[in-house]
Amino acid sequence: MRVAFERPAGLTDCPTHYCPGCTHGIAHRLIAEVITELGVADRTIGVAPVGCSVLAYDYFDYDMIQASHGRAPAVATGVKRALPDRTVFAYQGDGDLASIGMAEIIHAAARGENITVIFINNAIYGMTGGQMAPTTLLGQLTTTSPAGREAPREGYPLRVAELLEQVRGVAYLARYPLTKPPEIGRARNAIRKAFQTQLAGKGFSLVELLSTCPTGWGMTPREALRWVEEVMVPYYPPGEFRDGPEDPGGGPSRKRVG
Amino acid sequence: MEELVLMKGNEAVGEAAIRAGCRFFFGYPITPQNEIPEYMSHRLPQVSGVFVQAESEVAAINMVYGAAAAGVRVMTSSSSPGISLKQEGISYLAGSELPALIVNIMRGGPGLGTIQPAQSDYFQAVKGGGHGDYRLLVYAPSTVQEMVDLTGLALDRADHYRNPALILGDGLLGQMMEPVNLPPLSHPEDLPVKPWATDGRRGGPKRVINSLYLQAEACEEHNRRLQAKYREMEAGEQRWEAAWADDAEVLVVAYGTVARICRTALEGLRDRRLAVGLFRPIALWPFPGPALAGLLQRGRIRAVLVAEMSAGQMVEDVRSVVCGRVPVAFYGRTGGVVPSPEEIGQHVTAVYEGGAINAGCL
Amino acid sequence: MEKRAVFDEERCKGCELCIEVCPEGIVHLAGHLNRKGFHPATVTEQERCTGCMFCARMCPDLAITVYRPDKRAAGA
Repeated sequence: MRVAFERPAGLTDCPTHYCPGCTHGIAHRLIAEVITELGVADRTIGVAPVGCSVLAYDYFDYDMIQASHGRAPAVATGVKRALPDRTVFAYQGDGDLASIGMAEIIHAAARGENITVIFINNAIYGMTGGQMAPTTLLGQLTTTSPAGREAPREGYPLRVAELLEQVRGVAYLARYPLTKPPEIGRARNAIRKAFQTQLAGKGFSLVELLSTCPTGWGMTPREALRWVEEVMVPYYPPGEFRDGPEDPGGGPSRKRVG
Repeated sequence: MEELVLMKGNEAVGEAAIRAGCRFFFGYPITPQNEIPEYMSHRLPQVSGVFVQAESEVAAINMVYGAAAAGVRVMTSSSSPGISLKQEGISYLAGSELPALIVNIMRGGPGLGTIQPAQSDYFQAVKGGGHGDYRLLVYAPSTVQEMVDLTGLALDRADHYRNPALILGDGLLGQMMEPVNLPPLSHPEDLPVKPWATDGRRGGPKRVINSLYLQAEACEEHNRRLQAKYREMEAGEQRWEAAWADDAEVLVVAYGTVARICRTALEGLRDRRLAVGLFRPIALWPFPGPALAGLLQRGRIRAVLVAEMSAGQMVEDVRSVVCGRVPVAFYGRTGGVVPSPEEIGQHVTAVYEGGAINAGCL
Repeated sequence: MEKRAVFDEERCKGCELCIEVCPEGIVHLAGHLNRKGFHPATVTEQERCTGCMFCARMCPDLAITVYRPDKRAAGA
């Protein structure tokens, strides 16, 4: 017998603090597998956000920097500008990236910063106890939208990939759900392409991963997977939004795969 | 080789940082410090450096945080409202023990205030500014030459202690031109290596730059380490200058621009044979309290006058050193108004003649 | 029968995502608790495991190692 699947290099042995069924662990694994595969573990620097993944510096076996809330793209910019030959990634949740850190992500993208951002969209603030996020869906119950998010009162959920698709400087952009092994495989491919984009010096890359928060959503982990498929995926359509830098003379090199 | 050139204070800070091996600048425009980012935007590329105009002061200080974590000498500059925006990032720099240079070319506040020079960010600079128990090394130049000298010193001391350092200037110092001696250009590769920097493991164990300590005991232990470092700074980094202090009966305490004005005023008073002297803190933190106390212990000084372009901030630190031994008077202008040597002279004379001790402020 | 899907019981948080995706339906929660207080996932009918790795790819806690027969050994 040979090992067909095992814990990848690039992750420490530390058990995660994530709740049962939370898909952060899957996202961590995909990043570690890709970085090992690309052979850049020794020159990778990761930036951890504020939120549930604040302790990512304990889980990834790379040089790691903990950033303040929302500022991971700015911190990653500082690292990459200082060390352009290193591989730099930021790991951010939806509150971090799409609420408090919206300016940092848009401008890192617009500068075409040659960094990779992994964006975990689980439509809620997990770490602080299930409050409404910028990506919380209409009708979704949270501890700060107890009657369900209503547009006249709480506004509309932000579609980050669609927003960034408008930004020149973005060289790779994709969104996939972490719901089933085939989707996870697509997410893994997207993460690989994102890092390859950085290694080729093409510019900003981001992969949005539709993720679960069973605790915050008040569901079992299995119910949460189905909720991603039935409620999140229709509003946040998966696919590759951009593969390759925008043609300087023409329109965006848009390649949508449903 | 040193060279003598005529430079604006703001530009001199930028050139001095480059000469001290700093090749990374992240900033955002705000008056009256715009000459710093403008200078760096054309000068840094000439020395293979990096200039980034960030989307905000918040982003700029976090770029500084990232570059500092990567192990390079790095700086940002701003003016009062922008420095307020940077405070969270400065707290993270202090908490994560990252060296960086922050330049505050102060303007009048509060709020949007004015673009004219002021010294009303003293509390913010020396008492922490952001959240948590931390200290910055704070240097207060009073000439363009000192803008150069203290910029190099601040970068050096920041690296030595793994702590952010702040140059506290004001709009007047930033805008004025004076001849300066520039030190020779030093190269980043000649600076001491930083084995703690997160620059990629390259075969070694992973490193983490972090200020999070979830367990209370662990966070307290981290704070103990920081406080021990601050005590070490207090022991080694106090800087001051005294003039005519040997025979002074009235001692004027002032820093930066105001110290310059006081010196001119006191020269006039000394010509009139008034026994007045000047004590000028050069490092505002650690505050040179022991040196000031030493002058008082000689027993000749019968009153102290603190002059600031604020409603009275450094005067609190002076009062805590004087500790009631002699009266401490205060004279301040605010909102961007720069006091003249004549008005300073009048207030020193009033204190000298035994009045105005409690006339105090403004 | 050598095991194909090996579960590290102490890493398991009993989230059942492996159960959700197993095409053979052979993963279930054990009756006992692990040290964390979760019923760990386990496979009792190892002979029905095809080594598809779905469970391992789904496991957020990386508690599963999957083995497959060595092709050269099988051919010999």
